[in-house]
Amino acid sequence: MAPSLETISLPHLPLPVHVVLYRNVQNAASLKGRLLTGQSEFEYAFIDASMVLSRAHATAAVFRAVNDYMHDRLKSHNVHSEIVFSLNPTNNITESFRRFGISDSTKDLLVIKVSVSPEITYESVAAHLDSSVEGTPVPFDDQTLSEISDVNKIKKAYKLAALPSPTAKENDEAKQRLENSLLSAIALRGS
Amino acid sequence: MEEYKPPALPSPFNNTTPPPTLLIQGAEAHLYKTTSLNPSIPAALKIRPSKPYRHPILDRRLTRQRITSEARCLAKLVREGVSVPALLALDWEGHGGEEGGWGGAWLMMEWIDGPVIRVVLEQWEAWMKQNAGSLDQSQVENEEARVRGLLRKMGAAIGVLHKAGVVHGDLTTSNLMLRPFANASGTVDGTRSPSMEGDVVLIDFGLASQSNQDEDRAVDLYVLERAIGSTHPRSEPMFEEMIMGYRDSYKGAPSALKRLEDVRLRGRKRSMLG
Repeated sequence: MAPSLETISLPHLPLPVHVVLYRNVQNAASLKGRLLTGQSEFEYAFIDASMVLSRAHATAAVFRAVNDYMHDRLKSHNVHSEIVFSLNPTNNITESFRRFGISDSTKDLLVIKVSVSPEITYESVAAHLDSSVEGTPVPFDDQTLSEISDVNKIKKAYKLAALPSPTAKENDEAKQRLENSLLSAIALRGS
Repeated sequence: MEEYKPPALPSPFNNTTPPPTLLIQGAEAHLYKTTSLNPSIPAALKIRPSKPYRHPILDRRLTRQRITSEARCLAKLVREGVSVPALLALDWEGHGGEEGGWGGAWLMMEWIDGPVIRVVLEQWEAWMKQNAGSLDQSQVENEEARVRGLLRKMGAAIGVLHKAGVVHGDLTTSNLMLRPFANASGTVDGTRSPSMEGDVVLIDFGLASQSNQDEDRAVDLYVLERAIGSTHPRSEPMFEEMIMGYRDSYKGAPSALKRLEDVRLRGRKRSMLG
C-alpha cells in the first residue's frame, strides 16, 4: 500500500480529497496514456509536481475545481481534469494540461482524487495507485515541494517573471508573495 | 424588537463547520471570520448578498462587477508587494442563500491580526487625556513622537498603494490596520499607551479603482485628512507627518500633494454641477 496517501478534508467542502506525491516516477508515459483513454478508474488529477509551489497552491486549485463542480459549471470533462485546469491562470484548457498536467518526461507527480462517489475510498485509491504508479511516495508538504518545484517555470506560466524569487530560508517573504500571487490568479481566472 | 438575522450564507459556506461568524454588516457587504483552506489559518470572508429589491439581472451584474473589481485590485497589490490582505478565493456567481435569491458573491481574504488605526488613535487620545496631569513635557513629546511615527508609516503605506496604480476610494482610519510584528507580545491593557509598532496594512478595497491620476490620489489623501480631523482631533495637528511619509514614498508623490492643495480649497467633488 502507498503509505503516503493522505486524505484531506478541505474546510468548507463536503467531499474528502485523497492526495499523494511521488518522486522518481518511472512510468509517466504509460500513466498519461491510460489517463487519455478515459477509463473511469484512471480518472485522476495527474499534476507535474515541478509546477506546484506549495500545498496552499495545490489546495487552491482543488477548492476552485470542487466548488465549480458542486455548482455545475465545470469547463472540462470532470472534476479531476478541472483541478489541472484550475491551476492555469487563463481559460485555455489544452494549454493548462500541457503546462500543469503529466507529460512523458514527468519525474515528480502529484496525484489528486476527489471522493465524488462513495466507492472512492482511501483503501480503493491507495490500492489502485500502488499497483499503477512506479514511483516513491513522499510527504505532501512545503518542505518536499520546495525541492521539487521549478520556480522559474511557475513564474513564467503565471506571467510573474518580475517577482523576486524565493530563497531557501524559512518564512521567506518572496515565497509568500509569489504564493499569494498564484492564489489570486487561480481565484480570478475567467472573471 | 426582532433580532437581526443575517441572510443565509451562500454555498459552500452553508456546509462550513463551525459556521463563519459575522463580524460587520454594512449596506453592501457582510464580513465574516472563518478558516482558510488550511484549517489552522483564519480567513476573512466578505459576502455581497443578493438584493431582492433589485432586478435580478441588474443585481447580478452590479454585484459581479464590484466583487471582481475589488478582487483584481487586491491581486494587483499583492503582486506589487503592497501590504494588503491576500486574495484566497472568489466566487462572483454565488449559489444557495435565501429562497428566491442567488446567495450573492463572495471573496475570501487573508486574515489580518491587529487593531484598526482608528482604535489605536482613540486609545492613545483617551490615554493622553487621562494622564494629562501626570506627564511632564518630555513624556508628552515622546508620546507625540510615537504618533508621528505611526502617521509617517501610514503615509508611506498609502504612497506605496498609489505607486502601484491603485486608489483606495474610502481611506479612513478604519480601513488602515496595524499588524503587530510577528515577535511582538500581544498584551493590550488600558494602563499603558497603545503600541504603535507593526506594519500598516490597507483593507477594504470595495470602492477602490485603478488610477494613476493626481486628482484621484489627492482625493484619497483629502478624505483621510478629513476623517482624521473629525475622529481624532488630538492627532490632527500631526497630519503633516503623514504627508511627509507620503512625499518620500514614490516619485509621483510631490505632484499628487500639489493637487491636494487644490482639493482642500474646493472639497472632494471636482464638478460643481449636479
